[in-house]
Amino acid sequence: MKTVKKRFVLNFPPQSGDKPLSYRLVKEFDISINILKAEVKPGKTGTLLLELEGTKENLKKGIAYLEENQVQCQPLKKKITFKQEQCINCGNCTGVCFTGALKMDRSNWELKFKPEKCVVCELCVPACPLNLFTIDFN
Amino acid sequence: MSVTKTYEEINRKLKEGTAVVLTAEEVSEMAKECSPAEIAEKVDVVTTATFGAMCSSGAVINFGHANPPIRMEKIRLNKVPAYEGLAAVDTYVGATAVSEENPKYGGAHVIQDLIEGKDIELEAWGKGTDCYPRKHIKTIINKDTVNEMYLFNPRNAYQNYNVAVNTTDEIKYTYMGTLLPKLKNANYSTAGELSPLLNDPEMRTIGIGTRIFLGGTEGFVTWQGTQFHTTKEKNELGVPVTNAATIAVIGNLKAMSSEFISAAYYEKYGTSLFVGIGVPIPVLDEDIAKRVSIRNEQIETTILDYGSAGTPSLGRTNYAELQSGSIKINGQKVRTAPVASLQKARKIANILKEKLQAGEFEVTKPVQMFPTGTSLNSLKEVEEEN
Repeated sequence: MKTVKKRFVLNFPPQSGDKPLSYRLVKEFDISINILKAEVKPGKTGTLLLELEGTKENLKKGIAYLEENQVQCQPLKKKITFKQEQCINCGNCTGVCFTGALKMDRSNWELKFKPEKCVVCELCVPACPLNLFTIDFN
Repeated sequence: MSVTKTYEEINRKLKEGTAVVLTAEEVSEMAKECSPAEIAEKVDVVTTATFGAMCSSGAVINFGHANPPIRMEKIRLNKVPAYEGLAAVDTYVGATAVSEENPKYGGAHVIQDLIEGKDIELEAWGKGTDCYPRKHIKTIINKDTVNEMYLFNPRNAYQNYNVAVNTTDEIKYTYMGTLLPKLKNANYSTAGELSPLLNDPEMRTIGIGTRIFLGGTEGFVTWQGTQFHTTKEKNELGVPVTNAATIAVIGNLKAMSSEFISAAYYEKYGTSLFVGIGVPIPVLDEDIAKRVSIRNEQIETTILDYGSAGTPSLGRTNYAELQSGSIKINGQKVRTAPVASLQKARKIANILKEKLQAGEFEVTKPVQMFPTGTSLNSLKEVEEEN
């Protein structure tokens, strides 16, 4: 079966810490999980950036299962805003982006942004001299 | 007999629409197959450009007199301090001055807002004099309400600039961008073979009075820029291998566009202004043809460690390597990133080329050349006598 890889930001409610949700994703839905970033505060909300890999059908079921358990799942792309129309293509953000999500196209020297490569390190936010990036991780 | 051309001959050809105008990148490409003599014969003007953050920038503004009038002795533009020592209603707002309330908003942002026609809050105070009795004013100004409003930048378009890296264990936030620890990135600023003063390193055609593209309109070179240094180390092609000469420029801010003037804020540093500058270089002879043919791999620059005191040098690289995406420093591969926009610089070089070809822009013989043999003084601390 063909699998796909997608990145999601998961917001956990305070009471969800007692359930092994990620274990169920692996066991029941055959989804491979790569944790790229985690901010978990015991007793409070937690946020995870996960790369999920599985069949389209299983990913859909897995996400539905998480949502049934009051975990908000949003594709990573929706958590990042980049005001591209104001970008001057200076390149400052590419200096700090070690995943290659932000790169200069060396033919026309325009900035190319691939949110699917982002790991929400958030270094681009202060690096952009025009303040064009907003990341809503929490 | 080698070709020589005068400014008048080139301008005549520009007016007739018969001049050959190329960008500096195009002529560098052409030089792979043509000799300087052939280029001098075929090409009349070469356009150069840059679009980078230039901190030594600012605007002169005359607000007009209110009734009753005030001699402004403290001035704020959207809470940004502007200079108060220029007569009653003249001021100079510098790009790096910052708002008293918001450190991310500075004179650069005031300048961009003015260009875009936005309203700016002007608040000023004076002691009150017999001829200027008013002591306070708070009002709104914009590009249509003020009298003169012109950009006057004391130091722009640096001839070459160093590459910034950081060897320490901590992130360094600098005007050269965010420098990651342990040599994880290398930031460079110059447009390489497209950069104005690198195409005329001896400044044979750039001097006081040179007509240039500035911020979307026509501007002029007014003087050598501050920190004008002509005796820095040069490579075998006569190109300085670090920051050297600069130009002071002037132009009508009312006619500029925020496409080519953009305010910037650098984390833990402050505000600055991206300035778009284009300089046409007339190909007067074979020597200038040779100079404008310079290619990225022939332009070297110095790698400096911004993390260590005294910014020690870690070696040299060139713009072909820098633009390739990585350089080697002490045997280690380091990712490179530009901090000035080559895309905008190319756009400016092309606009200038089109204007020249359409006979809408001409090359100007400088009314005076820049000084030669200059170097810089550093600031000495004098001990107070007891």
